[in-house]
Amino acid sequence: MTVHNLYIFDRNGSCLHYGEWNRKKQAGISKEEEFKLMYGMLFSIRSFCSKMSPLDMKDGFLTFQTSKYKLHYYETATGIKIIMNTDLGVPNAKDILHQIYSTVSMGGVSNPVSLSPSPSLLSLSFLSPPSSLSLSLSHSHCM
Amino acid sequence: MIQHTSRLCKGYLSKKESDASDDLNSELFTLTYGALVTQLCKDYENDEEVNKQLDKMGYNIGVRLIEDFLARSSIGRCQDFRETADVIAKVAFKMYLGITPSVTNWSPAGDELSLILESNPLVDFVELPDNHSSLVYSNLLCGVLRGALEMVQMAVDVKFAQDTLRGDNVTEIRMKFIKRMEENLPAGDE
Repeated sequence: MTVHNLYIFDRNGSCLHYGEWNRKKQAGISKEEEFKLMYGMLFSIRSFCSKMSPLDMKDGFLTFQTSKYKLHYYETATGIKIIMNTDLGVPNAKDILHQIYSTVSMGGVSNPVSLSPSPSLLSLSFLSPPSSLSLSLSHSHCM
Repeated sequence: MIQHTSRLCKGYLSKKESDASDDLNSELFTLTYGALVTQLCKDYENDEEVNKQLDKMGYNIGVRLIEDFLARSSIGRCQDFRETADVIAKVAFKMYLGITPSVTNWSPAGDELSLILESNPLVDFVELPDNHSSLVYSNLLCGVLRGALEMVQMAVDVKFAQDTLRGDNVTEIRMKFIKRMEENLPAGDE
């Protein structure tokens, strides 16, 4: 399994973290624009899915794929959104994304001087050979 | 003050089966909370003001605690207020305070309910002196509930209806659902 990159957004649309491991092609726009594009696209696609769904919606939008990569989406009840682009071999990344969320949100709570309501992460360092997903996360205080 | 309490609450999360060190932790938690309230009383000298501060501190704890709760419990979005109340009573209270309040007294419209706490770990060993009769000792809990629910898009009003410290038989928290908060698209170029 190859992880190309990872985005984490808070409930207001700010990108809390972006990690890149195996991205062969850039978007051609600034990172700021790229984050806005990603967030805006997700907002639209979720709204689209919910409107056009032929059945009652349970989880809503989960993934999309092209012939080259698959985008996985995970949102918590608090509006934290985790997006991971992987190769096509990954059927369901929900558990992985939830695990990322768990590891990362523990850092937010244990930081008593954090002033923003959403967890502010300064550094996540992933050690991942392209063929396996092993995550090691380190947190630092935001101040 | 807020910093102290956040660290406090994080330190005493997840009550498991009792053993000697857990009892010690539980008492330490109760005593530390008591020290916090005592300090607030000294700082503000006015029960109403202390109640407000406790609520505010609780709110700040709640907005962070919800992430920890969601991470640990793996519970998804609740479908309605009833489900939310059940999750709060059976999972959240159990996880953080080791008690399971009962959910009762639903209003006919289904937007208001009571949480009845048979015991309240915050008030072990506590007695309110006569000159603090309007102090809502455990008001921090109201703030926590309000803050946590706000982060999952629910605006609620939470207050104590009955309190064993003030002579009632049980402790009752009354929760009223105000409205669901809509998701906003952040201001963009369009």
